[in-house]
Amino acid sequence: MKKTGAKIFVETLLEHGVNTIFGYPGGVLLPIYDELYHAPIRHILTRHEQGAIHAADGYARASGKVGVCMATSGPGATNLVTGLATAFMDSVPVVAFTGQVSTHLLGNDSFQEADIYGISIPITKYNYLVKDTARLKEVMYEAFYLATSGRPGPVLIDLPKDVQSNQIDEPKAPELTLPPKGPLYTPEERKRQLELILSLISKAERPVIYAGGGVIKSEGADKALRHLAEKAKIPVTTTLMGKGAFPETHPLSLGMLGMHGTRYANYAVAKCDLLIAVGARFDDRVTGEPSTFAREAKIVHLDIDPAEVGKIIQPDAYLIGQARDLLQELAEGIEPQGLASHEEWLLQIDRWKRDFPLSYPKKEGVISPQYVVEQIYEKTQGEAIITTEVGQNQMWAAQYYKCSRPRSFISSGGLGTMGYGFPAAIGAKIACPDRIVFDIAGDGSFQMNIQELATAVYNKVNVKVAILNNGFLGMVRQWQELFYGRRYSQTRLSGNPDFVKIAEGYGALGLRVETPEEVPLAIERAIAEDRPVVIDFHVDPEENVYPMVPPGGAINDMLDRKEE
Amino acid sequence: MRHIISVLVRNHPGVLSHVVGLFTRRSYNIESLAAGVTENPEITRITIVVTGDDRVLDQVMKQVNKLVDVLSVSDLKYDQAITRELAIITVKTTLQTRGAVIEIANVFGAKVVDMSEDTITLELSGTERVLQNLVRLLKPFGISEMARTGMIALAMKSSEEQ
Repeated sequence: MKKTGAKIFVETLLEHGVNTIFGYPGGVLLPIYDELYHAPIRHILTRHEQGAIHAADGYARASGKVGVCMATSGPGATNLVTGLATAFMDSVPVVAFTGQVSTHLLGNDSFQEADIYGISIPITKYNYLVKDTARLKEVMYEAFYLATSGRPGPVLIDLPKDVQSNQIDEPKAPELTLPPKGPLYTPEERKRQLELILSLISKAERPVIYAGGGVIKSEGADKALRHLAEKAKIPVTTTLMGKGAFPETHPLSLGMLGMHGTRYANYAVAKCDLLIAVGARFDDRVTGEPSTFAREAKIVHLDIDPAEVGKIIQPDAYLIGQARDLLQELAEGIEPQGLASHEEWLLQIDRWKRDFPLSYPKKEGVISPQYVVEQIYEKTQGEAIITTEVGQNQMWAAQYYKCSRPRSFISSGGLGTMGYGFPAAIGAKIACPDRIVFDIAGDGSFQMNIQELATAVYNKVNVKVAILNNGFLGMVRQWQELFYGRRYSQTRLSGNPDFVKIAEGYGALGLRVETPEEVPLAIERAIAEDRPVVIDFHVDPEENVYPMVPPGGAINDMLDRKEE
Repeated sequence: MRHIISVLVRNHPGVLSHVVGLFTRRSYNIESLAAGVTENPEITRITIVVTGDDRVLDQVMKQVNKLVDVLSVSDLKYDQAITRELAIITVKTTLQTRGAVIEIANVFGAKVVDMSEDTITLELSGTERVLQNLVRLLKPFGISEMARTGMIALAMKSSEEQ
């Protein structure tokens, strides 16, 4: 029996367990959309293609499954670019489909033609332009495999219109023929590295584990990490992407490190004699000036991507593999009675925690943005999925919302994409309908994908948006205050809309909060409401994120607020 | 430091874009790049000459190896590799200089592949150094056009045996 490419497309999605896709139709996608008309797949129509890919990304981060999105050719495809780069930087398994002009029109500057294959090369793990319907099924199998295997990442498939409409004989179930990669090291070398790491751990008096997003992505790695940390009594700091890899309420937790990390995390890294990096890539927001980072420490690097080893910092020992497996191996390999004592070190860390806690000023009648995050944490008992936008809102969310389990903190870490958090919250809520989902937003970021309110309301996606509205592009303003003589060039967001009316206009509930007393009540009300809610918190306009490592500095050399 | 990297890739449209794009994106310097099919028509060998210290080389190799289409990456040591490059050079000549150019060509074993009233076109394959020497000697006569392939290389099997 003959089948169209569009039919094969839908069947192959179903074979991969895809029940939700986020998309936006267009001329060259008509064959696929016609097939989707009666397919058992939930299609979420966003209001912008960027909303579709961020939602697919949020869906993937919250669920661990592949997020699928679709956009038409030309402008539809180019609107995916930011979303692809976001997913690529944070290693998120997304499969993006784009429509393309028919093969006989390719290269003619046809209507709505853009070379999305060429455009997406540097921002995808892999990409395809399918020119033959007979290849479609195999390509889709490869794409789903690549998106999730090894270090995950986005894969793009460009589908010309005729490839969707051509009829071919039923294709066979494909066999993957991806090139195998040679072994990274010999078994002897691997054994040597493992023994070296175990010996470094046993000798270390001041060890720290630095856990990144790789621990979140590797299913079960959080448990293995906890086992290792508790067995060997090693304190754990996480990156922004690693939040939730280790319970932040645990006595061994140091919270987040880096530019806006806790003082005690950064002090511990500066003073440790062994740093075990797992699923982390020594990003500049973490290390500050790399030559000053953990300079007293031997460095162990555990990662699934061999190219990350030695990219920024040359480790003393390393292992390549899934975070879960490597952490389990180390936990099994160590003997607690054979370890050097960490008592003195843990006491020192407790002193730092006591002397330098995260803190913020409480001003009469003024809402501190940190207080809003704290209250969201209280009212959701730390069990919500938090998405963030980018900037001050993101850092306050990271500092004050303590995460206890993986896939609970969803944020654009690598690319730092404003406008990510709201559509990502929609995707996360669709993936995890039983969890409360809060987007902690800024007034600037929220406006970058505010149109997705229609998507949330129409599809009854019960997400909450907490706007920390300071009327500024707050993080850029903070840098202008600290490093550019308070010249607030183009960072005052004059002309902000009335967010309550905007929410109401879309059919969501809008709440305006102007005093600290109203904060807990508004959050309770938002949680109780069975529909999307936007809370416009009018917060202290010139509050800064502290502590702060000045760019290019050493991370234990932190700025803090001046005594006020 | 210059390094010769030999990369085997699946032969399909777009693979060169992936490889070259990686070098651009990560700011690695390519001195030359030559691609051609291998004994297996489905596999292409790309020979890339890059400059950078050992750490850059290590990163280049690892990042290239990560590309889905890449089957293998190897770092060929200059003294353990057979390296060749092909050049076609058109030199300006007069009746007076023609003989001298042919003489130089003979010394280098370069073939005369074309001749006009006022030019001679030579072809030479050899190591980079030999080609450079030839170019240096031809320069005074005036090189009107030149095309070079970029280096191709294979590991020297005899040196592996030792």
